[in-house]
Amino acid sequence: MPDSLQINHSSPDQYHYDAIVIGSGISGGWAAKELCEQGLKVLMLERGRNFEHIKDYASAKKDPWEFEHRGRVTEAQLKERPVIARTWGKSEAIMEYWAKDIDCPYTEVKPFKWWRSYQLGGRSILWGRQSYRWSDFDFWANAKDGWAVDWPIRYKDISPWYDHVEKFIGVSGSPEGLAQLPDGHFLPPMEMTCVEKDVAARIKEKYEGKRHMIIGRAANLTAAIPERGQCQFRNRCWEGCPFGAYFSTQSSTLPAARSTGKLTVRPFSIVTRIIYDKDRNRAKGVEILDAENNKTYQYSSKIVFLNASALNSAWVLMNSATDIWPEGLGSSSGELGHNIMDHHYNLGASGVMEGYEDKYYYGRRPNGFYIVRFANLFGDKRDYLRGFGYQGGGNRQGWSRSVAELSIGGDFKDALTEPGEWSIGMTGFGELLPYHDNKISLDKMKKDKWGLPVLAMDAELKDNEKKMRKDIVTEAHAMLDAAGVKNIMTWDGGHEVGDGIHEMGSARMGLDPKTSVLNKWNQVWDAPNVFVTDGACMVSSACQNPSLTYMALTARAATHAIEELKKGNI
Amino acid sequence: MNRRDALSRVALILGGTIVGAEAFLSGCKTGDKKLGESLNLSPDDISFLDEVGDTILPTTASSPGAKDTHIGDFMKTIVNDCYEDKDQKIFLAGMQKLDNASKAKYNKSFLEADTNQRHDLLVALDKEQKDYMDKKKPEDPTHYFRMMKELTLWGYFTSEIGATKALRYVAIPGHYEGCVPYKKGDKAWAT
Repeated sequence: MPDSLQINHSSPDQYHYDAIVIGSGISGGWAAKELCEQGLKVLMLERGRNFEHIKDYASAKKDPWEFEHRGRVTEAQLKERPVIARTWGKSEAIMEYWAKDIDCPYTEVKPFKWWRSYQLGGRSILWGRQSYRWSDFDFWANAKDGWAVDWPIRYKDISPWYDHVEKFIGVSGSPEGLAQLPDGHFLPPMEMTCVEKDVAARIKEKYEGKRHMIIGRAANLTAAIPERGQCQFRNRCWEGCPFGAYFSTQSSTLPAARSTGKLTVRPFSIVTRIIYDKDRNRAKGVEILDAENNKTYQYSSKIVFLNASALNSAWVLMNSATDIWPEGLGSSSGELGHNIMDHHYNLGASGVMEGYEDKYYYGRRPNGFYIVRFANLFGDKRDYLRGFGYQGGGNRQGWSRSVAELSIGGDFKDALTEPGEWSIGMTGFGELLPYHDNKISLDKMKKDKWGLPVLAMDAELKDNEKKMRKDIVTEAHAMLDAAGVKNIMTWDGGHEVGDGIHEMGSARMGLDPKTSVLNKWNQVWDAPNVFVTDGACMVSSACQNPSLTYMALTARAATHAIEELKKGNI
Repeated sequence: MNRRDALSRVALILGGTIVGAEAFLSGCKTGDKKLGESLNLSPDDISFLDEVGDTILPTTASSPGAKDTHIGDFMKTIVNDCYEDKDQKIFLAGMQKLDNASKAKYNKSFLEADTNQRHDLLVALDKEQKDYMDKKKPEDPTHYFRMMKELTLWGYFTSEIGATKALRYVAIPGHYEGCVPYKKGDKAWAT
């Protein structure tokens, strides 16, 4: 166990820090790095176990046949994780990385899939690494549509922070010069397959340059970055990368924070509340429940960064300062826990591309293609608001394909040892509008393993999303057809909120404390030394994967926090 | 009480193992003991599944068959650990059903049938399962032979032999090329 995990509770200075960061995932890691590098003494609290880079990636170097169940999870594992059991995240290699759902249940007023990983690094280990900038189309969307509240920032405010983040984490991608998907600082793009290249070219031609199928922008290192290895194209990222070749807290922000000598990491620390000083309107620190010994500890700090993931950050706020606001810290606006968003997906189209029998590929690309949003942009008006993108891939089929003319036997086996025909498919990722009545609240009747109240989820897709979903399927079919794909099948598997793993909006930013929880620097209006910089802060959802934006907002807020500390404002 | 239970009880009463009990049991198995009586599949059950798997994916000039990958042991592991109760029951009952189908067709158990007979029987069962699976309602049970075939393909192609001899496997590709030439006969990538 590294020194940073040892807290000597008999030493008074172990109880006081300049900053406390709640959570160690994508945004928490960034908060810790930025604050440590600015000279602050930081305590990072993680509710789950410690999880060491490389050493704890237990499966990452196994060959496929070394997995006892060859990738499948057991019935016993499914019983411990009944939520993950309902998702595509159930996989032998990483099943233990997910939170044990039975220890921390939640209430589904409406069906809700909550993918949680309670261990150091959070979902930064498991994430899909897709990294897209948002544009002014997104930061202006609510204002232009007159929907919910306006974003308090524009692209120019976040653009330098996207630069800052991309340079540090490494994002591979191709510059495209698109206003709706701004270019960033890219490492070399990964290559498309032969079929993907031709489909992209045909879509460009058929839609007269108005639709763009590009290679995904992924936080995988296609070129060297100091102290991290390059992508080896094994496509096993979510097991944890022994080469450190994709961005995670462990591979990237945590080593940077630790190298300052200013970081203390405390695992098994469930934050139960932020301690609020009502005379100063400031947080004084936090109270935790040790998940192992069930004892309560308090730590004080000048500032608190809340990065527990969107829904859990709201949970912490709801349980804080309840003597002043019964609904919790940040609830004075009436918006805490409301406006829950996600990206809705699990629908699209796929088909077969004839020919290309003399083409194949080498390596396993941990990335796919991306079709950039076109709906409701540049005059392409639809009967719903906002838009969607697609993610997909075009590959040759493997042994699991069916061989119609063969049943069993030697010829059947030998046929399966060769690659099959090319198939190409894609799923849409649609924007979900912020609705006040899509909300989470505390269910005080139900308790988790530690006796803490749980969240009740009450969110659903509404008419705008339902209309959009019809269009997502129609357009997916139309584009594949235009590109010459045959035997096209479409699907819409439905979407339960949360399943996009992009929960957002539970403590939104805004310009007015009456209608938002956070100001434009991610400070809680009612406690300006508390910063919330994970998905909770989002004002709209756009349709691009949001993690890069969380990172940029976190770095921006951390720098602002340092300035405010220096000025004595917080 | 069946013969095995009876012997276990005798062993218990005598406070130890009965020498020669296994020989006694195996000597009496023909026409007496059923296949797949419990999830704790016996060595005979495993041998039976090995032969079923090897009929689905036999040794060919280019690669070994499923028996070489211990496909019976693999099926046992997955059925025990990863199958729901109702599917476990279907699988276990299916073993005897398959053997009965052989007896009905050839008047021989599956293990007594020759290679061609085994092949023809499983072709017929595969047709039966396909027809059934195409028509069945979602809540209807899965056909047992569908399970055996899926387990065989999955277990074989993800085994070391399947991945490295029937297919091509590179643990660490090191780089990626999206578009390279392919000529007929080149093996597919294992993953």
